[in-house]
Amino acid sequence: MNAARPSLDRNLRHRLGIVAVLFCIAGLLAVSTDSFATAANLTNVARQVSINGILAVGVTFVLLTGGVDLSLGSVVALSGVVCALFAHPGDHSLAVPISMGLLTGALCGLLNGVLVTRGGIAPFIVTLGMMTVARGLALIFSGGKPVADMTPALTHLAGDWGPLPIPVLCFAVVALMSWLFLGRFRLGRHLYAVGGNEQAARAAGVSVPRVKLFAYGVCGLLTGLAGVVLAARITTGQPNAGQAYELDAIAAVVIGGTSLSGGVGSVLGTILGVLLIGVINNGLDLQGVSSYYQAVIKGVIIVGAVWLDRRQSRS
Amino acid sequence: MLRAFELTKFFGGLPVLQRAYIEFHPGEVHALMGENGAGKSTLLKMLAGLYQPDAGIIEWRGQPVRFQSPHDALSQGIAMVHQELMPIPDLNVAENLLLGMEPVNALGWVDRAELHRQARQWLQELNTDLDTHQPMRRLSVAQMQVVEIAKALARQADVILMDEPTAALSDHEVTALFNAINTLRRGGVAVVYTTHKMDEVFRLADRISVLRDGQLVCTKAAIELSPESLIAHMVGRELSQVFPPITTLPGDVILEVSNLTRAPAFRDISFTLRRGEVLGLAGLMGAGRTEVVSALYGLHAADSGTIRLHGKTLGLTTPADGLATGIGMLTEDRKGSGIIPALSMQHNLTLTALRQYCHGGVIDATAEAAVTQKATADFAIKASGPGQAIQQLSGGNQQKVLLARALLAAPAVLILDEPTRGIDIGAKAEIYALIGRLSAQGTAILLVSSELPEILSLTHRILVLRQGELAAELDPRQTNQEEILRHAMPQ
Repeated sequence: MNAARPSLDRNLRHRLGIVAVLFCIAGLLAVSTDSFATAANLTNVARQVSINGILAVGVTFVLLTGGVDLSLGSVVALSGVVCALFAHPGDHSLAVPISMGLLTGALCGLLNGVLVTRGGIAPFIVTLGMMTVARGLALIFSGGKPVADMTPALTHLAGDWGPLPIPVLCFAVVALMSWLFLGRFRLGRHLYAVGGNEQAARAAGVSVPRVKLFAYGVCGLLTGLAGVVLAARITTGQPNAGQAYELDAIAAVVIGGTSLSGGVGSVLGTILGVLLIGVINNGLDLQGVSSYYQAVIKGVIIVGAVWLDRRQSRS
Repeated sequence: MLRAFELTKFFGGLPVLQRAYIEFHPGEVHALMGENGAGKSTLLKMLAGLYQPDAGIIEWRGQPVRFQSPHDALSQGIAMVHQELMPIPDLNVAENLLLGMEPVNALGWVDRAELHRQARQWLQELNTDLDTHQPMRRLSVAQMQVVEIAKALARQADVILMDEPTAALSDHEVTALFNAINTLRRGGVAVVYTTHKMDEVFRLADRISVLRDGQLVCTKAAIELSPESLIAHMVGRELSQVFPPITTLPGDVILEVSNLTRAPAFRDISFTLRRGEVLGLAGLMGAGRTEVVSALYGLHAADSGTIRLHGKTLGLTTPADGLATGIGMLTEDRKGSGIIPALSMQHNLTLTALRQYCHGGVIDATAEAAVTQKATADFAIKASGPGQAIQQLSGGNQQKVLLARALLAAPAVLILDEPTRGIDIGAKAEIYALIGRLSAQGTAILLVSSELPEILSLTHRILVLRQGELAAELDPRQTNQEEILRHAMPQ
């Protein structure tokens, strides 16, 4: 028999691989620049990755079921706009804009889920449609202009809580809860089962539509959260915000070892993927690489990381 | 022309073929006979380069060879027509037939007229006249088989290996296939094929080899053997050694099925099932057996008719419904609707009954580990640990995990659809023993099997399905394979 290694070992080795790459790049940057290994810069990196991190954790749920969500970026913009519309000073208490933003995201996600499960339409198509619709709605609701005049109570959410930036805290809480959920909860186990073999999961008594609906719903909710955090950070609801955010998020998840065909992956891997992309972005900034070249380098790294992983798993 | 010495293959530590010596000659049809799991397919797959032997030598035209892939074997002139055909359904007949060797014109474009002309020519060598423009998906299984054989011919194969080519064919189609094989024989091709059907072997084969439990028992000219002596070689032991006696007396009726219909798959199926009873469901491929039991589990709901369990009418639309009411099922297609390959043995095992090991949706890891340990011991599952991915287990062990999964939900009615397909004899015997134990504990069992000895030895009662309808109800103690087949054959 071919001595294929157990998949759990493979996941572990994969993660160790990313950690090693992460440390190599960080070490290189620490040596080659004065500014990388400073508390200020590292906090900055954490702050920069937090929005992509929240999105990546959310889309991990969908990718695990074997689906995909291309609407993240547009839904971020729509949720931000809706949040900002309710966030003019003196209008409502802080809870209203935040929950409206979250609700917008969750509704978009659930609608994706319903169309995928009930409508039987491919996730790629459904979320491609949602990507356009949500962007259009963001422009309609905002009248095409940034929704300004935001209450300071909301913009403070982009600030610090003690020594920690609040967006980073949000990312950490989301990641921790998702990690616990996927590892310890029955529904989390079902996500892996559905992604691993949908027919078999159904035959084993798993309610496949419910599981998928849940995955898209969670992804939408977290996208709404990312939208609120982004709006707070840029102090406006920007209808054009979040362009191509879905690509960075999906890239982070895939670098983290989650299979695009579903059933394999983890939140831990996603976090490592997010950090890797964040450190690379920061490093390229610090080295003064032009953003044109940055795009090329990032693309090469994404494909290279996945290629290495596939080669390793085949050997 | 093609010879194998001491050919040996292990799967998961179990020998499936041991030190087999066999040779094949041009212009000769050589049949491999044996029960399921005897090692026939394994032998063919090694000759075709699909598997590499663990020991032994394959000699081709006097030279020892090692085929690393089917492609290697094919380039030497050894082609295999598989049990599960692998056509590309949306390409047409000609495109499938000449896949990878399409004629091209000066510009490198596929010359379509020439493609169809060549395809027709190969098909005519087999005395068949198929429209080469129709897509592969429209063909019957028999027609696909002919295309596969023509495909082998087009690649200049001198040896054609066929794994149960007639399993899915009607009599008429079998005749057409045999004509094609006779054409091959006259053309000097060595044809090797496996089958379960006695009458065929004596109609077609020049030479017969018998395999039993991974051993090559004998190779003889067909005229030296009679059906009786052939069976004696194949079985080589009393059936009672494999099948435990079923001693349970069935109790009260718990499941009543009336007029269950889902046209065109099955119509008007009515029967009852008692506590502790093992009810066999026999029939040919496509008779609707799997479809009927799938409706009982909610896998594919029926259109009309009623299913009553413990006197209550059930509305089954998903397997979750079936499980909730106490119906469990082991599906026929282990890879397609059984295992979740990337998940661990433990996660596959507990998937169905996971709710039992949860508090408010949170999995109790200790309880889950304990139940895994117990099931591993009870079912003698051989795995390196609970975390081993199920796809790395042998077929028999995967099947035991799936059976344990269904049983953890403690069903009152257990449906077993081809529970012993493609697993080794040891695992089969364990599954037979388990059926006996479950029946003794009062579980009602619906057993679908294509292996008539199983149906005859393990059940209290046999239902025969024919073309979607109930053709007969038989008492296993007063019937035999011939009678079952007579009812199963389309009239």
